[in-house]
Amino acid sequence: MASTPKTPIGFEEIEHTADWSLRVWAPDLPTFFEQAAKGMYQLMGAESLSAPIEEIELTVTGEDPETLLVAFLSELLYLLEKGKVAHRFYMIFGEKSLSVQLKCLPLKSISKEIKAVTFHNLAIQSLNGLLEATITFDV
Amino acid sequence: MITLQTFQKISDYEWEIPQTFRSGMRVPVRVFATRRLLEKALQDASIEQAVNVATLPGLVGRVLVMPDMHQGYGFPIGGVAATRYPDGVISPGGIGYDINCGVRLLSSTIAFEQVEPYLDTLVAALDHHCPSGVGTRGALHLSDKELDQACRSGSRWALKQGMATEQDLEFTEENGCIEGAAPEKVSPRAKERGREQLGTLGAGNHFLEVEVVDQIFDAEAASAMGLFEGCLVLSIHCGSRGFGHQICSDYVQEFQAAVRRYGIQLPDRELVCAPLDSPEGQAYLGAMRAAANYAFLNRQILAHHARQAFEEVLRGKVKNWHLRQVYDIAHNIGKIETHEVNGEKVKVCVHRKGATRAFGPGSPAIPEAYRSIGQPVLVPGSMGTASWVLAGTETSMRISFGSSCHGAGRVMSRNEAKRQVRGEHLRKELEAEGIHLRAGSLSGLAEEAPQAYKDVDAVVETVCGAGIARKVARLRPVAVVKG
Repeated sequence: MASTPKTPIGFEEIEHTADWSLRVWAPDLPTFFEQAAKGMYQLMGAESLSAPIEEIELTVTGEDPETLLVAFLSELLYLLEKGKVAHRFYMIFGEKSLSVQLKCLPLKSISKEIKAVTFHNLAIQSLNGLLEATITFDV
Repeated sequence: MITLQTFQKISDYEWEIPQTFRSGMRVPVRVFATRRLLEKALQDASIEQAVNVATLPGLVGRVLVMPDMHQGYGFPIGGVAATRYPDGVISPGGIGYDINCGVRLLSSTIAFEQVEPYLDTLVAALDHHCPSGVGTRGALHLSDKELDQACRSGSRWALKQGMATEQDLEFTEENGCIEGAAPEKVSPRAKERGREQLGTLGAGNHFLEVEVVDQIFDAEAASAMGLFEGCLVLSIHCGSRGFGHQICSDYVQEFQAAVRRYGIQLPDRELVCAPLDSPEGQAYLGAMRAAANYAFLNRQILAHHARQAFEEVLRGKVKNWHLRQVYDIAHNIGKIETHEVNGEKVKVCVHRKGATRAFGPGSPAIPEAYRSIGQPVLVPGSMGTASWVLAGTETSMRISFGSSCHGAGRVMSRNEAKRQVRGEHLRKELEAEGIHLRAGSLSGLAEEAPQAYKDVDAVVETVCGAGIARKVARLRPVAVVKG
């Protein structure tokens, strides 16, 4: 059973035998998605240069927040492969879609590769006023 | 909660959870393990994940778990599940993101003593010729049309480009090309990623390893495979790179809606699936086969570059520097095969997620040269420990859908490995043991430390004890390139 978060926003790595699991919590969906992105970057050791900034817009669709989350993080992985690290996020949630304006910086280096974002036991739940979920990444 | 008491002991190497254990299970779960390996497996979620797999529609026989099992996502690593064709399901997560991740073994007649002084140069040349590491791009620049052709042809594409021999294809599972690949069912994004990464090793647990044949257990089989005591061999472990990762991601995403359309209830969303005869199932099968062919081709190109490295370093220093292909085998794949279940021949889709095909003697699917001895089963160790060459058996055809283990299997999380092992210290330790090393990063090296894996010898003893493979040769590492 996961312990109660000490801060209203955050993420932490959860032990997994072969892959990576990340527990994320936040008070609302946009902040939750942003925390998930930052946690994923941290797991990968992604470091960016300080300039130039590139603005990128992306839209993902899905039946529920979990599907949107996997699609959103997968898009960020693709951008990372293209050498772009998102550092500012402006999100607009539709009924079954998410539009995001990103400010991206050039990738300086990463230390570990994530192959994919999985749906394994993924459920964004509301607990004590916070949204919380554990995301498993294939590495 | 699953404990040792949940299992019915079948033998010292087989344990079973009955179908009645949990509602929704359609078949029992059979685990190949010693009591000690099973107790270790119970420390993570691997067995629980196998029980979840047992709820998939259309399963036949049993869900099987190999002794190198560990927790995965959806399926456990080491899981084998066969679904009836064509009305059972296919599950992309049951094949994995690295579609046709596998191992290729090449043998030589180069005596270790002859080459020992040049090992450091050799490992540097392998590192130079075979691009590895995070985000690496290959030297090939294919058009969309060429990539489609490569995905339809697999290793045959390399033959046309002068990067393979007929013998390489003969000694590759499916001759390096699974029929029915459908690149038109692959997304533009997957193709974009695939175009750039063909001919690269990648990172993580992927590697090139130069080994010495340390011990022969079956002289006839070893001789047929070209394995001679004291001689060098080369192992290549990698898969379909971003091409396969993207295809799996695309279909796991798409199948989230498919399970609702087909009214399939699942305990874990990563197990999403679609009937094999549905448009969704057929599309994934075609795309997955395209990725499988890409992976065969990827390992073929790496083998070609490895041969160039051997020639560059060893020409004029040894009489014969050539590398002959022993076999190339997938361990993340879904294959349509015919197996006997309850006395009846049944066509099934065998999902092997971290499990190796291990067809027994007489199978027409294996090269004629191996037909009397059984298919080579390649079991890599964990950098610094032994690797094994086994052979498939009649028993594996009878009780494990012609499958066996695929490696040592992790036992420690990556974080725990980094807490316990310093990359630099490990490098020195391996070098002190005479293992020459090139690694993308020291932290990555620590994550892949031998301590993070099970004892591969215990895994091999288990599959051999259960009769689903038999020992041919043991290999000792002398040089490793880690991505």
